[in-house]
Amino acid sequence: MKYVDEFRDGALAKSIAARIVRAAAAGRRYHFMEFCGGHTHAMSRYGLTDLLPRNVVMVHGPGCPVCVLPVGRIDMAIELARRAGVVLCTYADCVRVPASEGLSLMKAKAQGADIRMVYSAADALRIAQEEPRREVVFFAIGFETTTPPTALVVKRAAELGMANFSVFCNHVLTPSAIAHILESPEVRELGSVAIDGFVGPAHVSTVIGSQPYEYFAEEYRKPVVIAGFEPLDVLQAVEMLVCQVNEGRAEVENEFSRAVSREGNARAKALVAEVFELRRVFEWRGLGKVPYSALKLKERWAQFDAERRFGMSERSVPDHKACECGAILRGVKRPADCRVFGTACTPATPMGSCMVSSEGACAAHYTYGRYRSAA
Amino acid sequence: MSPARQDYVRPIDFKRGLVDMSHGSGGRAMAQLVEELFLRAFDNPWLREMNDQARVPAPGGRLVVATDSHVVSPLFFPGGDIGSLSVHGTVNDVAMAGARPLYLSCGFILEEGFPLADLKRIVESMAAAATEADVSIVTGDTKVVEKGKGDGVFINTTGVGVVAEGVEVSGDRARPGDAILVSGTMGDHGVAIMSLRENLGFETAICSDTAALHTLVAAIVDAVPAVHCLRDPTRGGLATTLNEIARQSRRGMRLREPAIPVRPEVAAACEFLGLDPLYVANEGKLVAICAREDAERLLAAMRAHPQGRDAAIVGEVVEDAHHFVQMQTALGGSRMVDWLAGEQLPRIC
Repeated sequence: MKYVDEFRDGALAKSIAARIVRAAAAGRRYHFMEFCGGHTHAMSRYGLTDLLPRNVVMVHGPGCPVCVLPVGRIDMAIELARRAGVVLCTYADCVRVPASEGLSLMKAKAQGADIRMVYSAADALRIAQEEPRREVVFFAIGFETTTPPTALVVKRAAELGMANFSVFCNHVLTPSAIAHILESPEVRELGSVAIDGFVGPAHVSTVIGSQPYEYFAEEYRKPVVIAGFEPLDVLQAVEMLVCQVNEGRAEVENEFSRAVSREGNARAKALVAEVFELRRVFEWRGLGKVPYSALKLKERWAQFDAERRFGMSERSVPDHKACECGAILRGVKRPADCRVFGTACTPATPMGSCMVSSEGACAAHYTYGRYRSAA
Repeated sequence: MSPARQDYVRPIDFKRGLVDMSHGSGGRAMAQLVEELFLRAFDNPWLREMNDQARVPAPGGRLVVATDSHVVSPLFFPGGDIGSLSVHGTVNDVAMAGARPLYLSCGFILEEGFPLADLKRIVESMAAAATEADVSIVTGDTKVVEKGKGDGVFINTTGVGVVAEGVEVSGDRARPGDAILVSGTMGDHGVAIMSLRENLGFETAICSDTAALHTLVAAIVDAVPAVHCLRDPTRGGLATTLNEIARQSRRGMRLREPAIPVRPEVAAACEFLGLDPLYVANEGKLVAICAREDAERLLAAMRAHPQGRDAAIVGEVVEDAHHFVQMQTALGGSRMVDWLAGEQLPRIC
């Protein structure tokens, strides 16, 4: 497969791995957080940790859009879907996320709620056009990658003068989450989570560019290497991070230069700025209430805002007591540290969100790596 | 007295006609459908007796029986349709015991309003597939459900075959050191089906691999009568089939990713749909497991058969108390190839 196989070359992987082994000084440990679930998944699927020396440790970050959605927001979506006349359109990854009272969107669907899986925001808009008598709501989730398409359909719906389409907005922001992790007591004071640098987001950075990470590198003295989602991208980024640490540098470097510029995608950013504004505060699973970390529709587009249109009220629902998703999303715990991992909580019967999406740290470890801890 | 012939029955309109409730009522309309469509297409001496059951010669050896229901959507796809699929699926299930398939039954559940032209096309495709697979469709049943309570056509087929003495093929016979072979490229059927799903909107030249594998099985059994396991990796793909065998045999498996044949087009389609070809369905491929010393002979026999041209040795059976299927990745790391959780795709076979 042209333009893909080149980034999965086994011989090249071995040579980069050998360079990492040489560069990683014995006697010290390197801890790097891969922020994105896409990186977590690539590492698990290609068995990359087998190629890294023992003193280079990868810490999973919170960059899985499905994982960070708190129970309360899923409950709100279910409540919306159960209203008469409403069609809730969702990305398929969301349907199995556990909500309150043993529910999920999938179970609500089985009970009769009209919930449809779509591949894009545009599909939801098309359903609204085809079924003008139904109230079609798009359950919008995701980081900066999925935000521009949502903005686009809101604008399109306005142009078409559609009265039966709205968006339940749950878009969140990557830089706020990284700042929150770096400010957390575990990292700053207790030192229980060691982070020497970040593998920076791939697709998110194509939109926002590399510039937003410069602040972290400078302010917190943490190197950031933006990397693509292919296995060689990840290995290359790890090598670059090891070098930065060795040389005492804390800079933003761009391994994914084939797709990411410093400024990002100006048109996409303008579109997002036109439709969305910052929320004062938003609750994340695992991170709690994070100020200015999510988006909502601007007043101008209020009629397309499902929260206003249906008078939805915020709610905060704690995770299941035994579930460690919160600590795992902050990098404090690893999947196998959770008591219910692989027993009560499996991809077939998930208790927490990290076991649901293929990008979730628990699902990735269960599906691809649990033989490591089963010995 | 009307000049019309007293015994005249207007033929079924296979161009514009639709299935209606009377076609499943047991009355004259149903009898006419059976006669003008099913009997004509599937014609054989046992079916022609028109009894509620078929009396067929029982050959020597052990009987092998398998049943499979087919609910594929869409009904017609590149490389086949629900009719050929319903024959191949069951013929293959019977053949995977190392057996020779002989007879099939078929049960149709039709939805009211379904075009008779489509039904005829499906039935004729079944008949052609049965002839090609050298099996006779000897008994059948037709039911009609109200509009909205079916999805066009559902077909159940049951197959009967016979397996020679001395051939002991079973999913619980994988032993440590055994070689794991596949007969060809993985994922073709599933990707062909997905390409037609309206909401996916991509085009591909990939055809379903749907085929009856009994002659390939005969060649395998001929070359290596002591072959341990045979199975066709349909729903859930290679990954699911190997996990089933690992569990039945209470062993683990080690695969080598670069050795597993996947068409570049299939790999590309899976890439942008976020799927893993190891979990995508096949309808004309099989997995064979045999003792290490028989592996090269088996590979040669498979490659000599047109359905096994791309056959490859992809891994081996190992001792593993957890019955894990593991894989050495193309990149040099290792990972598990787990059971499919949830559903990768809706209804593909």
